[in-house]
Amino acid sequence: MATHAQTEAPIRLRRSPVSYVMPVLATSLVALLFVWLAINFVKGPAYFVTISFIGLTNGAVYALVALGYTLVYGILELINFAHGDVFMLGGMFSATMVLSVFHLSAGASTGSLAAAIVGSLFVAMAACGVLNATIERVAYRPLRGAPRLAPLITAIGMSFILEDVAIGWKGPSYTAVPNVLPRGQVFSISGVVLTWEKLIVIIITVPVLLALIWLVQYTRQGKAMRAAAQDRDAAAMMGIDVNRTISFTFLLAGALAGAGGLVYALYFGQIRYDTGFQLGLIAFTAAVLGGIGNLPGAVLGALCIGFIQAFNEGLRWHTPGSDWTQSIVFTILILILVFRPEGLLGERTPEGA
Amino acid sequence: MLVKGIADGWWWVLTRLGLSRHRWQTLPRLTRRAVKAVVWVGLGLLLVALFGVWKTSALAIAAVVLALVVPPWGKVTVRGRPVGKAILPVAVLALAITYPFYGVVSSMPQLPIFGPVPQMSTMVGMAVFTMMALGLNFVVGYAGLLDLGYVAFYAMGSYMAGWFASAQFAKQNVNFGGIGIAPGVTGFHFSIWLVLIMAGIATAIVGVIIGLPTLRLRGDYLAIVTLGFGEIMPQVARNGDSLAGFNLTNGTGGITPIDGPGFGNWLHHHLGLPANYLTLGTNADRVFFWTALVLVLLTIFASARLRDSRLGRAWVAIREDEVAAAAMGVPLMRTKTWAYATGAFFGGVAGAYYASYNGGAFPDEFFFNISVFILCMVILGGMGNIWGVIFGACFLEYLDREGLANIGAWLNGHFGPGGSDFELWRKTLDVPLYEFGIFGAILVIVMLFRPEGLIPSSRRAAEFREGVHDEPLFDVEEHDERLYTPEPT
Repeated sequence: MATHAQTEAPIRLRRSPVSYVMPVLATSLVALLFVWLAINFVKGPAYFVTISFIGLTNGAVYALVALGYTLVYGILELINFAHGDVFMLGGMFSATMVLSVFHLSAGASTGSLAAAIVGSLFVAMAACGVLNATIERVAYRPLRGAPRLAPLITAIGMSFILEDVAIGWKGPSYTAVPNVLPRGQVFSISGVVLTWEKLIVIIITVPVLLALIWLVQYTRQGKAMRAAAQDRDAAAMMGIDVNRTISFTFLLAGALAGAGGLVYALYFGQIRYDTGFQLGLIAFTAAVLGGIGNLPGAVLGALCIGFIQAFNEGLRWHTPGSDWTQSIVFTILILILVFRPEGLLGERTPEGA
Repeated sequence: MLVKGIADGWWWVLTRLGLSRHRWQTLPRLTRRAVKAVVWVGLGLLLVALFGVWKTSALAIAAVVLALVVPPWGKVTVRGRPVGKAILPVAVLALAITYPFYGVVSSMPQLPIFGPVPQMSTMVGMAVFTMMALGLNFVVGYAGLLDLGYVAFYAMGSYMAGWFASAQFAKQNVNFGGIGIAPGVTGFHFSIWLVLIMAGIATAIVGVIIGLPTLRLRGDYLAIVTLGFGEIMPQVARNGDSLAGFNLTNGTGGITPIDGPGFGNWLHHHLGLPANYLTLGTNADRVFFWTALVLVLLTIFASARLRDSRLGRAWVAIREDEVAAAAMGVPLMRTKTWAYATGAFFGGVAGAYYASYNGGAFPDEFFFNISVFILCMVILGGMGNIWGVIFGACFLEYLDREGLANIGAWLNGHFGPGGSDFELWRKTLDVPLYEFGIFGAILVIVMLFRPEGLIPSSRRAAEFREGVHDEPLFDVEEHDERLYTPEPT
């Protein structure tokens, strides 16, 4: 082979002029973003940091949902549109648990609050995990060998069905969750304010993420998942029950969505049947931004999106404002897919070639 | 799996009764078709009768269906020319054209469960959405690219009508064939016919702009990018009342009123064409409907001709195996972009026409739901098959506008609170509220049990049964053989 290569003239692929312009354009866009952030920071450092805390909290919620997208995409290469709606149902489960089962109200004592949150967390995670695995069994598994569009379309269909389940359950208007989380200040240092509810979101999210990392990296089941994600046929030949592994992945993704739902319901205080769809799209963008199929990437992407959203809605100097958040997020999605389909941390896949 | 089980059980019973599968397959085709049609129609009639909703109109419908389906119309020839294939479309077209004369709600018998026949305004909606579904069919059905943001083209078309046929830009004063403009009203007022073409072209250009950077992506990434555009467009429309101080879209209020179509006085006097649709009063809807039918016919013509053209065959080749198509010299980007532009063109024309009919372009019409709604039409009817898509569009748009409400009323009347049969639920069930869940269920059920749609194109059906190489060459997939093995017919 090597001798052949030497005798042939070197092949120079013709690159279109567009391919030279694009990286320059992308780099300048990112540079502009950082300049804008820097000016905003200089204009009010303390305020900037306070807004960053909001971004961190948003990012934590997005991370829980984005991980579900990335887990499923990693193993099946399927964009699970129904995932956002599983998350939404998780939020409704938790709202019901917190209000009707644990009878929590604003200003509850720390002990009962912790017990209620942990209890609801487990119930929501279990319920959503089972729901997600059931969806996979019913709607995606029979389409395993079909053209790729088929499971994608079923996923959209499932998403709408789940939304209707929510409408039938809670009605078409917002379900309000009273402020059960304490809203007091943790600290306030020269204008930098961190409030309790944000800290609690982080306190719930981080152990869940750590548990996920442990599960994927250090257990047999996690090893099976990684193997099946790399090469399903080879994994099957090595004695891994691929179908069971996929079911387990969906279970895991659903459990994360359930945890996200709980955090969302408690932190934002209201949830509606279409919450999941909107947030799901944002979370999916986060997963793509980080590199879909890449777990740390999903968390990183979610934090980026969370910060961008918070800065856009909170900062004062030349911000488009919350009316434009979705447009900005989707523009980011499109730009990422066009300029760098492998995401921030991902590897080049055939999808992006 | 479930379907196969049912089928096996069914054949087991039939074999015991003396009709084995083999014997059935050796029967003449006509006999088989007649028996199948009679069994299905009889089953339908039985269901209708069982539910206690018997209406004589059911028999009439059954007779029409049998007459259209059973005889081998396709073999009819006149002087050696196969005209038979045209019989069904011509019959449907004749029924559609004359609909305004006989389809009067008060004088027609009611249908079982579905209630009264569709009103004229619903018929206009059906025609417009047929056009949009046919437009999406270029992208999804022919080229096999999943477009989840088709509503962006609809919105673009509507806003083109809003910009060029209303008083939106009040500082300008251009009247180019606009009909029925009150004196003193400023703004762009182009003739609607011109606006339709402008909207189509502008939307096609938008389609190309969206397509060029994104069509390099495969399959599901493309779907998500189009979804992104479909979400951005309406948000721009909603927030577009002060883009750097410029009022482009009038925000959430939308652009209204938009001029109606018309042919002007000269054509009215010489050819008898209506001068201005909006002044026709109660007859306006039927003229709008006929005009929409003409647009649909043009779309069907373009669909059929393009499908068989060099470009159309290139689309199908890409859909079935992108790598092989590229190796055969099909320029991927150009071909896909053309599919996109063509689909966008018809979406734009339909959007502009609908805006003119509704008298406005309102941003809350353009949600993701509509994209899925149109996609559902294409998938239910049968991707890639013109007749299937038309059926899907008409049926779903009818359900959306009237059908679900009627069905809901019927269900509540019979099984709801104080229902005439028995009380299944205590609270009145708001069926239209669950519209999109029903559409979602349609998507899932069709994909699981009949992925080629109700009226499939034979080629698409074969792809779903045998699988396609829409995977990258080096990415071998596990094939689950249970559902996707060719079944003996």
